[in-house]
Amino acid sequence: MSHITLSAINFAWLPILPLAAVAAGAMAIMLIGPGVEDEDSAGLGILALITLLAAMVFAIFTLGENSLAFGGSLATDDYAAFFEIVILIATALTVAMSLDYVADEGMAGAEFYSLILFAAFGMMLMAAAGDLIIVFIGLETMSLAVYALAGFLRRDPRSNEAALKYFILGAFSTGFLLYGIALIYGATGSIGLAPIRAALNDRAAQNPLLLLGLGMMLIGFGFKVAAVPFHMWTPDAYEGAPTPVTAFMAVGVKLAAFAGFMRVFMANLGPVSAQWTMVLWAIAALTMTVGNFAALVQQNLKRMLAYSAIAHAGYLLVGMAATPRAMAGGAMLYYLVGYAFTNLGAFAVVIALERKGAGGATLSDFRGLSRSRPGLALAMTLFMLSLMGVPPLAGFVGKFYVFSAALSAHLVWLVIIAALNSAVSVYYYARVIVVMYAQEEAAAPPRLAAHPGLVVSVIAAVAGTILVGLYPQPWLSAANSAYASALGRPAARVASLR
Amino acid sequence: MPQWLFAFLAALAIIGALGAILQRNLVHCVLGFALVLIDLGVLYMGLGAVTVGFLQIIVYVGAIMVLFLFVIWLLNIQADTGVRGGASLGLKLIGALAAAALAAELFVIFSHAPKLREVRTIAPSFGSVATLARVLFTRYLIAFETTSLLLLAAIVGAVALARRLAGQSAAVAAIPPRPGMRAPESRREVA
Repeated sequence: MSHITLSAINFAWLPILPLAAVAAGAMAIMLIGPGVEDEDSAGLGILALITLLAAMVFAIFTLGENSLAFGGSLATDDYAAFFEIVILIATALTVAMSLDYVADEGMAGAEFYSLILFAAFGMMLMAAAGDLIIVFIGLETMSLAVYALAGFLRRDPRSNEAALKYFILGAFSTGFLLYGIALIYGATGSIGLAPIRAALNDRAAQNPLLLLGLGMMLIGFGFKVAAVPFHMWTPDAYEGAPTPVTAFMAVGVKLAAFAGFMRVFMANLGPVSAQWTMVLWAIAALTMTVGNFAALVQQNLKRMLAYSAIAHAGYLLVGMAATPRAMAGGAMLYYLVGYAFTNLGAFAVVIALERKGAGGATLSDFRGLSRSRPGLALAMTLFMLSLMGVPPLAGFVGKFYVFSAALSAHLVWLVIIAALNSAVSVYYYARVIVVMYAQEEAAAPPRLAAHPGLVVSVIAAVAGTILVGLYPQPWLSAANSAYASALGRPAARVASLR
Repeated sequence: MPQWLFAFLAALAIIGALGAILQRNLVHCVLGFALVLIDLGVLYMGLGAVTVGFLQIIVYVGAIMVLFLFVIWLLNIQADTGVRGGASLGLKLIGALAAAALAAELFVIFSHAPKLREVRTIAPSFGSVATLARVLFTRYLIAFETTSLLLLAAIVGAVALARRLAGQSAAVAAIPPRPGMRAPESRREVA
């Protein structure tokens, strides 16, 4: 009986370091947790922040690497590192804005922070996946943790409903994804992403097994990025979940879902893109339109931001519909960075203003904010303008790059639909600004408005929104080279394609 | 495997399947189904597919059967609910369609299967526990390890959601039992 050697495993430290750091942090918090009272849980949150920082340092170390480890299970490339860093930033901001909320609501702090870290672990795993099994395990780890997090307000029936709805529909969609993976394995004979790409040719494109698998996986990812018509769970789950968890769902889950979606479809199923870009065209148009028009009538800010998140998934899918263009991938990566900062900031403001047990802030909670808390009002204005797509903020630049990638792929009508939708969205984003600046002050003061964790996360989000928008070049070139590494091409080649 | 043992196990599987659909008590139905699954597992082992046989028993009898029992217990389904007499026409139609689809599938599979004397035997190491373990701990090591983290996250989430809150027993008692459902003992006491 021979022994299994490390070389047989294709062992490598570098790709697993960021992942291992986050997993170790999650387990450490889980083990320390029982000795910590729920009221003092902020210390556990700080521990989570330290973990995330360490993981970020490790992720930065992996920049510039380009290899597959563990028999092709894990990809160490700039694409993985890029997403890992952005996911870690988003998770850190989520933890920062949770510090007071968790203690104030009396939620179980140890479980909360360890589940946040487990979810972040799953997200990073999706970004670094080298085969479809890892994509699936990452997605499930993230999803299971977030299902539970959505139900953390145990006494609030809306939170229970959110968790149950998200869990049942999410489990259903995971079934689709898994079935799709099985069919693609059947059609191509391999589970690794690179061998699958190598196996795709004109004959494979006609294989009904492959097409069925593509459709199933499209449904599975569609659920996770909240694309219409798979978005039904989104408003209720977003509204009922504790607000920091909503922020995590709108940003972290979406980042990871797009990381997996783009790596599987754009980077590795690109050779058969003719088979699925038309479907994505329709889904993108529907998603933008439904998201924006439903957002128009929302009074609750969490619901409005939920529909806004659907609409933004639609804008991102415009980029995916332009798949053979290499610049589309880089533009989407850039868009996701801006989206992450802006949305996290907007949710942090909502946390600052919502009243205990109210299930999120309504528009009337924002009345006269410019007088009671001018700084917060200014920050919120900035986030709304960025979500609208006003230059020179991150939201505008992201839309500009994604739409011009779509134009270069001759998706003129889709870009027209997207532009019209952006115009519609101005109404509901601007309404928040009007309420803050033109109306009388609300009666009761907000409860958490000046807590340090929230202040830090709002300031970081403002800085991100402005910096990413004003100095797009370094971010965009990082995004482009990251996407190029997922395609397995040197960056120079992509630059020449532009 | 001797011919008579195969025939015995096959007959037992059919008896179990009949038991699963013909009994009135749902728990007995599930037990009949479990008999089929265990029986199939033994058949696989007898045919040399030991790993598949054990997996069959672990996954189906260990996990899926328990899920069935959980659902029966959660929904508080009573014995003799008259399901046999009261199944709607739609349900019967769906059942008949599913059975027809399965029959058609089996027909296609068997008509395409190679003749018995053309079947080649495979190496005994194929699908053995050793082979499986080797693949699991080399090529799929990361998948294996991350799956354990996935399960850990699920356990933490489940514990967080199921942990008893202060004053929760009162909250449970406040939920009225659904109409047509027998209230569990604890609830009736409080009410």
